[in-house]
This record gives sequence, structure tokens and C-alpha cells, in this order.
Amino acid sequence: MNSSSSNCFPGQEEAERRLESLARHLGTMAGDRGNRDGSVDFEATAGGFGNSAFEKLQQAPEDPILGVTVAYNKDPSPVKLNLGVGAYRTEEGRPLVLSVVRQAEEALIQDRSRYKEYLPITGLAEFNKLSAKLILGSDSPAIQESRVATVQCLSGTGSLRVGAEFLSKHYSQRIIYIPVPTWGNHPKIFNLGGLSVQTYRYYDPSTRGLDYQGMLEDLSAAPSGAIVLLHACAHNPTGVDPTQEQWQGIRQLVRQKGLLPFFDSAYQGFASGNLDADAYSVRLFVADGGECLIAQSYAKNMGLYGERVGALSIICRTENVAKRVESQLKLVIRPMYSSPPIHGATIVATILGDRNLNYNWTLELKSMADRIISMRHQLYDALKARGTPGDWTHIIKQIGMFTFTGLNKDQVSFMTSEYHVYMTSDGRISMAGLSSRTVPHLADGIHAAVTRIS
Amino acid sequence: MATFTAAASAKPMAMPVIENSQMNMSLKKFDGMRVTPSFGKKKEFSGLKLKSSHSVKMTLATDVSRFEGVAMAPPDPILGVSEAFKADTNALKLNLGVGAYRTEDLQPYVLNVVKKAENLMLQKGENKEYLPIEGLAAFNKATAELLLGADNVAIKQGRVATVQGLSGTGSLRLAAAFIQRYFPGEKVLISSPTWGNHKNIFNDAGVPWSEYRYYDPKTVGLDFEGMIADIKAAPDGSFILLHGCAHNPTGIDPTLEQWAKIADVIQEKKQTAFFDVAYQGFASGSLDEDAASVRLFVDRGMEIFVAQSYSKNLGLYSERIGAINAVCASPDTANRVKSQLKRLARPMYSNPPVHGARIVANVVGDPVMFNEWNAEMELMAGRIKGVRQRLYDNISAKDKSGKDWSFILKQIGMFSFTGLNKAQSDNMTNKWHVYMTKDGRISLAGLSLAKCEYLADAIVDSYYNVS
Repeated sequence: MNSSSSNCFPGQEEAERRLESLARHLGTMAGDRGNRDGSVDFEATAGGFGNSAFEKLQQAPEDPILGVTVAYNKDPSPVKLNLGVGAYRTEEGRPLVLSVVRQAEEALIQDRSRYKEYLPITGLAEFNKLSAKLILGSDSPAIQESRVATVQCLSGTGSLRVGAEFLSKHYSQRIIYIPVPTWGNHPKIFNLGGLSVQTYRYYDPSTRGLDYQGMLEDLSAAPSGAIVLLHACAHNPTGVDPTQEQWQGIRQLVRQKGLLPFFDSAYQGFASGNLDADAYSVRLFVADGGECLIAQSYAKNMGLYGERVGALSIICRTENVAKRVESQLKLVIRPMYSSPPIHGATIVATILGDRNLNYNWTLELKSMADRIISMRHQLYDALKARGTPGDWTHIIKQIGMFTFTGLNKDQVSFMTSEYHVYMTSDGRISMAGLSSRTVPHLADGIHAAVTRIS
Repeated sequence: MATFTAAASAKPMAMPVIENSQMNMSLKKFDGMRVTPSFGKKKEFSGLKLKSSHSVKMTLATDVSRFEGVAMAPPDPILGVSEAFKADTNALKLNLGVGAYRTEDLQPYVLNVVKKAENLMLQKGENKEYLPIEGLAAFNKATAELLLGADNVAIKQGRVATVQGLSGTGSLRLAAAFIQRYFPGEKVLISSPTWGNHKNIFNDAGVPWSEYRYYDPKTVGLDFEGMIADIKAAPDGSFILLHGCAHNPTGIDPTLEQWAKIADVIQEKKQTAFFDVAYQGFASGSLDEDAASVRLFVDRGMEIFVAQSYSKNLGLYSERIGAINAVCASPDTANRVKSQLKRLARPMYSNPPVHGARIVANVVGDPVMFNEWNAEMELMAGRIKGVRQRLYDNISAKDKSGKDWSFILKQIGMFSFTGLNKAQSDNMTNKWHVYMTKDGRISLAGLSLAKCEYLADAIVDSYYNVS
């Protein structure tokens, strides 16, 4: 590009343009930073330079789930209770690092032969193998036939996102059906991953249970080949899971309609306390030889929240397809973060790969699940004792970390402002955040909300 | 005559389902043909009698994968090199592919300060709760100060938005997603050549890109005129991707005077500089020196993006620790930009991994460890400079043609752009078992003094005997 100049001297136009732009940047256009004689004070212009490229940007609202903790942290009340994020708390209300995790981590850090070299794009191989075994069962024919492509990803979110991007690039259908309600982050993950989102009926507020017929009807109406998001167990936020018979019916329909199941498994072992029981739905589908995707998270069941450990498995028809699928998953991952973080995955692989650690893990997992179940019973009993109007049996029927209380937005607001109880606006509370000590306060709050606000 | 869609068709078909468990066979007509399944343990169907001129043995539609049409992807041009190296059994093999630092014994290296930090963290017994979406606050503070200087005016004025990201790649990707969403259609200009993954990142983020001239093969130096011209020719408002120091793959950096001129043009064109800083401290051995280009832009009050990585300078490769910084015109803008970056991170991975962030925060936050880190970084950078010198000496001794190989000494950072073409690079691998990327880039971090002579032989042979 030639800068042709028809001005007095070569470069004058250039220089003037530069000075002009500099002056603009020094804030003269902002009005009062320049002096009347045209000079500009340096101090007045340092920082806060006139026009920003980002001027039109809005402030994004806080994330509806993670924002609850932000609000909680700001609250000075001594009785405040954080039932927002699904992070396990002990009876003393403290975060928990599992003993087996501490043990594995100590061994890892003391091991002088360990390096921090890049993992392969697909992650730690041993971790991938063990993760597939964990969800599918070590005797799974899909594993034996090498039909499973597994890649380490950033916890559940990362696994879902990589799966979505893969499907949007390589699958013929770009619609995913998600249950109503579902985890708040699901639609965003899928949209940004290149899929469009449709819904299927799931929760029935009148029964506080599963709208099984509605679910089957809506899935029947889905176009052939559409993707279906299924919560493997401990549905978030409702805690309402299909029964085994219902899972069989769902599977039949999904296969009949040629829908592609995408399981979100974030609570294996955490829901019932039993790893195999919590994998029932996934294994049922895989047993019929069909294909599916599975996103696994170790955030809750290993308490590895901040380490971001998870895996995406794609169960394919043949070994050959699985190899090709894996190669394409690498192309999704490389431009996103190149390769996954090593620390958490090594901890998981150490635990799953060692008989003693693995066994001790199952014990710790069961005790976490049991404490949550006990909280459910305590809350239910407390509400009954207060004579709180309504049927609260759903508290003990629902499964997993959360209870879908049935409180509406206004009641939730009331609970926060008057009782300093923090939960998501859909009325979801994390039972993992409760203790025997705090149950009475929560029960008081619910009682008040239900009797005073409608 | 009914037609039969090949089983290898990419388009998945509505699949009739056979209920194995109930031994309840529902036979479905498929495109007018009768299906005769065979019973047995597996739901395998062999043979399909076609009423057509050719008889084809095919599997039933139910057995066809929905992903049948997925092609085998080629190996990553950079990371794939290590895979090929691993598979090579030759004793003389040399891996000069990935930019991962090796000691003189060609062993990976975990910095002493990193080991110290990890032990400290173990002792502290910290929990593993979710970080906020924007990452570890102590890390974010430390990383911005490292980049800009703790006393930097922009930081003091609250104009720097920092979000922890997944090393350099993840940080670049967040910014790319931001550009796509808030500046749709706006282009990013990348250098020719540049790190191979840059274009993938912008492609997947949906950001259009084009190249500006950078490397001049004739001088084996910077094509400064071309660079300036191409930036000027780009639309106002474009984003210009710049390597803060130790340009990858060429190792050729602008001088400070040239940086000033680049800043002039970008300001004039109201473009936004977007720095990729993956080697701060690693290029010259000095953290401050290596950040001079970025600081020049910030001192002028320009709004810029900076992606940082701690993979190389703290050897934290697999921990995936880095950050995306947006230096903005005002604190209010910085807050808004940060909030939008968070909004993009949440549906990607929710929040970033804690381990690497804590290591960095611990090292930078402790003056003793910080000094030790500086010393280790100087050692690493020093070893690479030493290897450059030895390689240059060896090649010069062997090549009597008078060709000037001094670019090896002038280039900065982990890599050397040898000027070898693809065929010559292939020769390096096939004949000499030297693994490198096809663009002629070698990672000096993977070279020992002991192997310099062997490499010199390989380079001289490939350069002169292969075309």
C-alpha cells in the first residue's frame, strides 16, 4: 500500500495523522483533559484514555449458580448458610479433601521420577483406561472390543463441551434435547459448542417426580438421530431419577428412534453410595451394542472440584470408528487448551489403580453419600415437627446432592433476605452444604417462606 | 429396483431396532428389501439379499456407526513429532520437535522452586474447592504484576482485567471467543510464519484471520517493511497478534525501535495489539527485558490483550497455567471485559485448575523463591545460548562454502528457524533421525552440547545434498 502524499513535504500527512491520533488517545476528545492553549498535561492523560475499543461492552451478570457463592461471601450475617453450589461439606461445615486423595497426592509429589511434561492431547492414558472401566464396568464388552474412545477433559463441563464440539463438526444432527429442568450451564455449553437446544419434559411439579409419559412423548417427537442428554443418576437439580424399569423403556425408545444418547455422569457413587448401582443407566445402554457419549466428572465423587478432572468417552460400533473418532477429538482439544492438566488425573489414576486406595475410596464415598441421606431425613423430620404445610416426602425420595424444594422465586428471595439462606433461584438446595447444626435454621426458613410468601 | 444406500454413507439412517433381550424380533422392511437376520448371542447380521444386479455382502443399517463418515485426522504437526520420535528405535535419534526444555543430559526438568512450592502446598494442606471462574486471585495479581511490573500505572489504576486460563492456548482461545462475540467479523492478523496452533484456535473460535509478512528468508531476519505495510493495509479495528518475545518459530524479534514503530501504526489504525507471551524470562533470562515490548504499548496507554503461559519459564507444561489479560482504557471497562471473559469460560470448562495456579502464586509471592526462580531461568536460558554457540561453531567449521549461519546466534529463545525446507527437514528425520517440525524449526531446548556436532552434520548434509 503506498501512502501517496500530495502535501508540502514527504511524511507530513503521516506525521499529522499520527499526532492527531496521539492527541485523541491523550484524551482531548474526552473534553476537558486538554488545556485551553491546546497543550495537553501528561498527568491528566495517564490512564483513562478517551475512546475504548470495549466501550459498548455490557457488564455480564454473575453466573446464576457460582454467583450464589459470590453473594454469600458478601453477607456478614453469622447465621448465613450456603446451599448454592454442589460442593460437599462435612458435618462441621468444612470442605473435605478425601484421605485417599491426600495419600495419592503426597506420593505423587514426593516421587522424584515425576515430570511435568505435556500430556498427550488425549490426556493421561492410564487415567482414561481406568475411567472407562469405572463407568462401564471392567468386564464391559465395549472395552474388550476396543470400541471406546476416551479423552481426559476438564471435569464434566469440559467433557460436555468437547463432546458438543465434536458432534457439531462430525455428526449429522445438530440438535440436542435436554430435560426440563437441567443444570443451568448445560444449554450454554451446547450452544457455544455449536449445537441447538430443544427440551423434553422431565420434572412434574405436581407429583414432584418424573413426568415419564411426557418424557417419552417428547423424545418420540424428536427427529431421528437427534442427540439426547441424559443425567446418568442424581438428576441435577431435581434429584428425580427414572426407575430401572423406566430406564429400560427410555432405552427402547431411544434406540427405536435412532436417537444418540449423551450421558452426563457427575455423581457416580455419590448418589446411592454404590458405584455400580449409579452406573446402571449407562451400562444398560452400552449393553445393547449401541453408541453413546458419556461425560464423567470426578469433582464430587473424588472431591477434586478445583483440579478439573473428567473424561469424555464415545462408545462406537467398531474399533476402527473409535480410532478415527479419537483422532478427531484431538483436533477439537488442541485449539481449545492443547492438552489437559496432569495433577488431578494422576491422583485419580493412582487411586483407581491401587486396590487399597480404591477400596478406601469407596468407603469414603459411601460415608459422604450416607451423610447426605441423613441430612435429607433430618430436614424432613424437622419440617414435619414444625407442621410445615405441604408434602415434603420428596426430600427423602430425591437422590443425590440436591433437593428441589419446590420453593418459588419469591420464597427463595425471602429465604435469602430474611434467613440468609443462599440457594439457586429455582429452589434447589445442596444437601451437601447442610449439617445437623444448621438443619433447624433451614427448616425455620422454609416454614416461614411457605407460610408467609406464596 | 430398490436402491441400497452404502453402509459407509456418512449420513446416519433411521435405524430399525431389534430387541435382543426379549427375543422379540421386529423385522422392518428396509428400502423394500426383506432382512433376514441370524439369531445368536451377538446381534450381527450377515448378508443381505439384494434384488439387484450386484450381490453385495453388507451389514444391516443398525450395525452402521453414526460416525462411520468420520475421517482419520492427521497427527498434530508439532505434538505428532514427539509421537513419531517415541516410535523410532534408532540410538542416535534426537527430538527437536516440541519446545520442552531438556537438561544437558536431555532429561525433562522440574524446577527446584516448583518442587519447593509443591511441598509447601502439601504441608499447608489446602482444600480443592472450585476456584472462581476467573481463577485464583493471588495468581491473577501475581501474573499481571510479572507481566507489567508491580508498579505499573495501568495496574494501579485498575485498568487490567486478568483471567486465569489454560496456559497459552486456553488464554488465546478465551480472547478469540471474546473477539468473535463482541467484534464479530473483525479480523486477527497473524505473522507469517507463526506457531502452528494459532490458526486452529482462531478457526475453531470462528474468528477470521489473515497474515502479515514477518520472516524474510533472504536475510533470515525480520521483513520489517513488509510487516508495517501489511498492518497498515489491514482494516482499522483489526486485532494484531504479536509475539511478545522469542518469536515462535523463527526466534526473530523486532528491536525496541521497531516495536515503537509497530505501536505507532497500530495506534494510528485504531487496531488492538494482541500479545502472545509464552517465553517471558526464557528468551533473554530476564523477566523485565522480555516484557519490554508489552510494557511499551501499555505505557502509551494503548488497550491490548496479552496471553501468558508458564509452561516454559516455570516448566509447568502439563499443569496448564496461564492467563489472559486485557489492558483497558478505564477500570470500569476492565470490569466489564472481565465479566464477559468469565461468561465465555463458564461454558468451556467452568473454572480453571487450581494446582498450577497455586504453584505460581507461591513462587512469585515468596521473595526467596522468586529469586531462585530467576536464577533457574537464567540457567535455562543460558544453556540454550550455549548450545546455540556450539551449534554455530560446529556448522561453521563443517560448512566451507562461506554461508552465513550467524542467524543461529541472533535468533532468540527456544527455537531456531534453520531455513531448511520440507524435503530437507524430512531428510533430517529419515536419514539422521532428527525430529523437527516441517517448517524447518528446531527446538534448541532439546539439544545438548554433546549432540551439536551430530546435528551440525545432519544440517549441513540436508541443506546441501537435498533440495
